[in-house]
Amino acid sequence: MGTPTTQRTIKLEVFRYRPEEEDEPTFQTYEVPYREDWVVLDALNHIKDTVDGTLSYRWSCRMGVCGSCGMMVNGYPKLTCAAFLRDYYPNAIRVEPLVNFPVERDLVINMDDFMRKLKAVKPWIIRKKEQPLAEGEYRQTPAELAQYKQFSMCINCMLCYSACPVVGREEGFIGPAVLALGQRYNLDSRDQGRAQRQETIFGHEGIWECTFVGECSTVCPKDVDPAGAIQMAKVQGAMEYMKTLLPWGQRS
Amino acid sequence: MKPPLNRNMGSTWWLSRGAYFLIMLRELSAVFIAAYLVFFLICLYKVGQGPEAYGAYLRFLWSPGMILFHLVALAFALLHMVTWFNATPKAVRVWRGEERVPPALMIGPNYAVWAVITAFIIWVVLK
Amino acid sequence: MAEYETLEADILVVGGGGAGLRAAIACAEIDPSLSVAVISKVYPMRSHTVAAEGGTAAVIKSNDSLEDHAYDTVSGSDWLADQDAVWAFVKEAPEELIQMEHWGCPWSREPDGSVAVRPFGGMKTERTWFAADKTGFHMLHALFQTSLKYDNVTRYDEWFVTKLLVEDGRCQGVAALELRTGKLRAILGKAVILCTGGAGRIFPFTTNGSIKTGDGMALAYRAGVALKDMEFVQYHPTGLPGTGILITEAARGEGGIMVNKHGDRYLQHYDLGKPLDVHDPNHPQLRQMELGPRDRLSQAFVKEMEKGNTIEGPYGDFIYLDVRHLGEKKINKKIPFVRELAKNYAGIDPVHETIPVRPVVHYMMGGVHTDIETATSLPGLFAIGECACVSINGANRLGSNSLTELLVFGARGGKNAAEFASENAISDKRALEAQARDEGERIVRTFILKQGGTERISTIRDQMTKAMEAGAGIYRTESSLKETWDTLMRLRERFEKIALDDRSNVYNTDLTTALELDFMLDVAASVAFSALERKESRGSHQRTDYPDRDDAKYLNHTLVYRTEAGPRVEYQDVVITKWPPAERTYGKK
Repeated sequence: MGTPTTQRTIKLEVFRYRPEEEDEPTFQTYEVPYREDWVVLDALNHIKDTVDGTLSYRWSCRMGVCGSCGMMVNGYPKLTCAAFLRDYYPNAIRVEPLVNFPVERDLVINMDDFMRKLKAVKPWIIRKKEQPLAEGEYRQTPAELAQYKQFSMCINCMLCYSACPVVGREEGFIGPAVLALGQRYNLDSRDQGRAQRQETIFGHEGIWECTFVGECSTVCPKDVDPAGAIQMAKVQGAMEYMKTLLPWGQRS
Repeated sequence: MKPPLNRNMGSTWWLSRGAYFLIMLRELSAVFIAAYLVFFLICLYKVGQGPEAYGAYLRFLWSPGMILFHLVALAFALLHMVTWFNATPKAVRVWRGEERVPPALMIGPNYAVWAVITAFIIWVVLK
Repeated sequence: MAEYETLEADILVVGGGGAGLRAAIACAEIDPSLSVAVISKVYPMRSHTVAAEGGTAAVIKSNDSLEDHAYDTVSGSDWLADQDAVWAFVKEAPEELIQMEHWGCPWSREPDGSVAVRPFGGMKTERTWFAADKTGFHMLHALFQTSLKYDNVTRYDEWFVTKLLVEDGRCQGVAALELRTGKLRAILGKAVILCTGGAGRIFPFTTNGSIKTGDGMALAYRAGVALKDMEFVQYHPTGLPGTGILITEAARGEGGIMVNKHGDRYLQHYDLGKPLDVHDPNHPQLRQMELGPRDRLSQAFVKEMEKGNTIEGPYGDFIYLDVRHLGEKKINKKIPFVRELAKNYAGIDPVHETIPVRPVVHYMMGGVHTDIETATSLPGLFAIGECACVSINGANRLGSNSLTELLVFGARGGKNAAEFASENAISDKRALEAQARDEGERIVRTFILKQGGTERISTIRDQMTKAMEAGAGIYRTESSLKETWDTLMRLRERFEKIALDDRSNVYNTDLTTALELDFMLDVAASVAFSALERKESRGSHQRTDYPDRDDAKYLNHTLVYRTEAGPRVEYQDVVITKWPPAERTYGKK
């Protein structure tokens, strides 16, 4: 834990866009105190509180779990609550809204499309027959839990959508986080809804759009490995397709 | 109300990051590997035409341009190979109870098999 | 803000966290013909339920009983919890957690596939279900994702409710600001459920996210509903200095210990039992030492600080939480988030180093006064979760009871609100719309178009939080509370002279920050006032000028009402059904 010091400063070049006043975005430079233990979000809060209240952005938990504060920091998608100034000092830090999303204002992106895709993958347990609550929990061994646990850690911060060039070029692509979420439910021993997610995950806007750049997994702050989830689904999908080609295979 | 601002990716997006550049190289590798296969098929065709045609084609292959081409194609093939070998543990997850088999253990056999096959081919060629 | 549009649903759920989503699902399931609107100032998965770590309590194992869970809760509350509510709570808890399991929550498991439980503070049996140490995160996402399957649930994401609309003596809607457009609209409903969470942000050092500004409490308070037991503010004993990031109680449930600067397990000097060696098979002992209740542990820290046994740091004194003896494997499996947080935000690895921690404001036991059915005194208005006070938490909440509370009372509240909505209709649409129009004009007048303001939001907010910490913290006195109260009254006056930097419509977070501060000033005042009036020490409310519990006078709930002349306090008896008030003992079996 560093000693707080206010002598040193660091520059933040912040993306500004106020749709009511301007048609094109600009960058505004702010000089803020440099502190060893400050993150980019702390600097933004400092600006908002003491310098310029017009700067808009989303944040809440500032402990890397609510997923609100994802932004581009020097061109890389980051949770700003986990991006320390000390990793950039003494250079200026450029802060922009997440790319591959439309911008509402300043650092606030529009996430309608993401929310629509999230619902499309049916991210809930689907059962042919519900077990009554009185009969207790579904049994699930630690080994069965481990099968999908990693893919259940996604905080919906959408950094992976900003890192993925396919998302940027193909509007319909379901995208890394949502495909990983689909796998999370498909791999859950309690779930029987795979067929209902088939179209979204294995359809033409699903996994086959992915060219395995792998950056989604690199930028993921929670180690969800969406690229892994997608490659896994590709292998499964391919195997299933092969089976349908065999003389005794069945076409679904 | 104004619609939200769209920021489209420029045409040079793939130069902005090492990982993006690498993926474009990997995509490009297909061209070289396809070209290599064309030369190889021609080679087989020439074998069928007799020793003279085959010898002429071999001389063509020993030209500096073709050697350079083959080196580049080899580099691309290696890039492709490394990428896919390293992707194995992502695509195929093997579990021992609650623990995942470590990625290195999944990647290793790929390289081992590759080494054995390469050694066999070299042995056949040099024999 | 010139345009007004009225939206409607049968039931309005204000807040999209655990309580709100559970209530919305309950409404949606009870009657698919009912329309449910979930109105939240953030996307639901950003709600602060996401930050809950250690677990959620319910009786599931054969060595446990409902009586024990109820007794632990009542004694933990220092006898201020209503025992009928506690009984309903412990009784409905197991089914609710099984329901969460059926909805896909990835509970940690025993080798045979049954759910695993861990020990928690103040509980005499292991009964805390957990999903590693991200229990709230997994519950919230499971609830949110499950809520997506109900077509009769409509979400209003990023809509900020500024006022409850009350007509003919019933709550029949809300006025809400759509952040994307800056438009204020009326959303009418036959029943309104408040699920807006706590108000930790009225303090400077808190585990709570920036969104926890007591909105729902203030909305109800302004509509004439009482706030109950607001003086009871929980300090969690283990927050990271500086950031206030929570290090879960599960770290102690798994065997972590607390030591002062001399390496002494100081809790043994505060009536919390005697320590066992960390390698003793009986460590950690339930309801003792590190597994004592949060109020007592936080108070012990202050005493240690007074004795000079804490370590001085740039962000105040701290002591150490030591989990090294658990080993890397157990830490990674049971409390991986602790490791992640300590590494990222304190720069230390708990596998090899001790974690610096200090008490941090964590939870409001008090809230909107409701009955056991989650109904408030205003017909049509319900409240659930941290923003409500049923009360099952009394003067001190036990760790892992709050997530369960969301579910049990979320389901109850949803059911009751659905019933209320089926029996009542919107009485006077025009009058309600007129109220929303007035509210829109008030916001434009007092914030957007206001000229000549001189005060900055952050200045007032900082002074408010400092005043709360200084006078209404872990230990309080008449004079400290009076000083806090006076400061809050001065800040309220200064708030009238606030000046916004931002006068635009689209995502004007300067405006929402001001609205939040407006709410927080009310909530902070209710805390200070209730604390001033309760002249005894009980649970988390410790008055050094009245150090003893006074059951003769204060075995009752504080109800504080907002009036033009200032707050007015009433008291309501605690419901005692089974356990008459007794001494609260920890460390003696």
